[in-house]
Amino acid sequence: MKRKWIAATAMVVATGLLAACSGGSGDTSNEKVTLTYANWSEDQTPAMKQIAAEFEKANPNITIKVQTLPWPEYWSTLQVGAAGGTAPDAFWMLADHFREYAKGGQLLDLSDTVKSNNIDMSAYPKPVSDSYTYEGKVFALPKDFDTNGLWYNKALFDAAGVKYPDDTWTWQDLQDAAKKLTDPKKGVWGIAAPIDSQGGFYNTILQAGGSIINPEGTASDFASPAGVAGLKFWTDLQAAGESPSLKQLSDTEAVSMFENQKVAMYTSGAYWALRFYKNADLKDKVDVAPLPQGVKRATVTSGIGNAGYAGSKHPEELKKFLAFLGGTKAAEIQAATGTVLPAYQGTQKPWLDSMPEFHLQVFIDAIDYSVPLPVAGNASEWQGLAPQFLSPAWDGKKPVEQAAKEYQDAVDQVLAKQ
Amino acid sequence: MTNVATKPVRRPTGRRTGVSKPSGWWALAFIAPATIGLVALYVWPFLSTLMKSFQDVPAFGPATFVGIENYTTLIGDGDFWKAFGNSALYTAIILLGIPLAVVLAALIEQVGRGRAIYRVLFFLPVVTLPVAIGMVWRFIYNGDFGLLNYVLSWFGVDGQFWVADPRFTIYAFGVVGIWMGLGINLIILGAGLQAIPKALYEASALDGAGRVRQFFHITVPLLSPSIFFVTILSVIAALQMFDLLFIMLRGVNNTALTDSKTIVYLFYEKAFVQFDQGYGAAIAIVLLMVIMIATAVQFRLQRSWVFYG
Repeated sequence: MKRKWIAATAMVVATGLLAACSGGSGDTSNEKVTLTYANWSEDQTPAMKQIAAEFEKANPNITIKVQTLPWPEYWSTLQVGAAGGTAPDAFWMLADHFREYAKGGQLLDLSDTVKSNNIDMSAYPKPVSDSYTYEGKVFALPKDFDTNGLWYNKALFDAAGVKYPDDTWTWQDLQDAAKKLTDPKKGVWGIAAPIDSQGGFYNTILQAGGSIINPEGTASDFASPAGVAGLKFWTDLQAAGESPSLKQLSDTEAVSMFENQKVAMYTSGAYWALRFYKNADLKDKVDVAPLPQGVKRATVTSGIGNAGYAGSKHPEELKKFLAFLGGTKAAEIQAATGTVLPAYQGTQKPWLDSMPEFHLQVFIDAIDYSVPLPVAGNASEWQGLAPQFLSPAWDGKKPVEQAAKEYQDAVDQVLAKQ
Repeated sequence: MTNVATKPVRRPTGRRTGVSKPSGWWALAFIAPATIGLVALYVWPFLSTLMKSFQDVPAFGPATFVGIENYTTLIGDGDFWKAFGNSALYTAIILLGIPLAVVLAALIEQVGRGRAIYRVLFFLPVVTLPVAIGMVWRFIYNGDFGLLNYVLSWFGVDGQFWVADPRFTIYAFGVVGIWMGLGINLIILGAGLQAIPKALYEASALDGAGRVRQFFHITVPLLSPSIFFVTILSVIAALQMFDLLFIMLRGVNNTALTDSKTIVYLFYEKAFVQFDQGYGAAIAIVLLMVIMIATAVQFRLQRSWVFYG
């Protein structure tokens, strides 16, 4: 008997995993229309609730339920929900996931809404609005956008007697500064050089004149001379010991290294502004400059879009809500709370004014030379390959050219599957 | 447990018939909740997973039947074999924790008063959120500021990046896994210990057996069914390891994650990150078979060492 019981328990425990394959959550609807609006950011939830309340004021029959999911679960929940008919009505979308959803017919077509509400699509940064258009139809309206800049710590620059970065800086200036700022005795490095695509090597590849992924989305460009130069920018900093090692950056994220004042420079997006600003230790020490230029000036840009679920039970109310989310009022609330850089042109001033000590205008100026974040093919699959193929180059175990070639081949293989 | 409930009741009178006829419907009604739960939560997902493993399932839209293609891809997939090796290594490390649990259980049994305190202390990790456990251990293992390296520095030992260095990652996780599983194992083994008649210890003491001898000649053999049960559960749990990787290697900036993926992590990545549910399902089915084989082997091996009294 005991043996049988052990066997039965073993069986049940063993099949437990399979239950992970299917699942979903219920939703309810009643007379009065309730729409759910999902996001993944605790930080932004207060602003989202404020926007929802503003919308409810004008539309008393519609209630908006703001739902915040943790980032690691966001996409799996959304995917299972969309496939099972229980997805939230409105939700945040990212360019690299967008194609799967648009192609799969999961998103509400907003083309007519844009027309009937006289929404001016040119009010959004073009690289962002383009990334939410599929086969000529609009499926999401840009909520915010981010470009990259060079965050730096003035106190560490002063201590090393280095001039602050400005818009005249070239790669050479950054490399010289990194060298001078590095002080092993104090445990200070000039810059953080992680394997970071969006805040790091995508920008330098573009600055070297490369293209990351070709316009047709069929092949990548990492092993070209420009691609290699863009990667070398970072591996040289690693080789010179002017950045914490990859192991260190794995245990303590680059942004934390910057916050702990262990690194003097950190290239990344506008989205850290509020976090640095709220940090009493950093507020007076930190500022931001444009990314230094290589052969040319460039940064990748992307933004969150607000999308609607095609299977929503209340498509008309949903369209109304999405149009509101894409409008000036919602943008102004985001800007005034300092939450993010809103996508709608002309609404960014309150965001700049909310943190006057930082030269945040550089992020807006960067729109002029920004390039959309590449999203070809199954983006989440090939994007995950970077650490695996590039760390040998970062660790100095393989020549950059060789690692770049292997990385390119692996990415191209994924792109070819489409 | 369900199969125990559905077994016909044998009457002591020696009559051939099992359940008497009028009670048949009642019996069904009583087991219905358990049966429905079992079908909805285990049988149906199992069948749908099995079905998906023979299909190409896009993120959205209809699936297409592809025969055994997912399985042939899997056999040629280096990532899968690597994950398989990682899971096997992790399981082997977890098994090392079982002797430790047996010794600890026997020691706790020796403690007179305050035994409950030890049980609670060892059980705490079991009821703690895995996310919290992951965060605490990430701090302990941190190469620059971690607690472990700090302690090692007292002895002049140079610390390592225990999690971020791919050479150590799985071993570091193995230690956490043993620690996490200890609570449950101690409870099961503790219950087993209490079933051992005290008279045996008294009699052997009269014959001159010491503590160590008693442990190996009385405790271990009489505890062997419990040890066997704990081993079965530990192997299954170890082969399904996922949460530690997911929590502790998030945001890792080198090959520590790529080099230490387990089978279930690969399953998660294929099915939920890369939207390839058909391939993910095939991985899940293969894992189920691996677990069943591992369990069957253990049942065969137990004949030579488990003593049912």
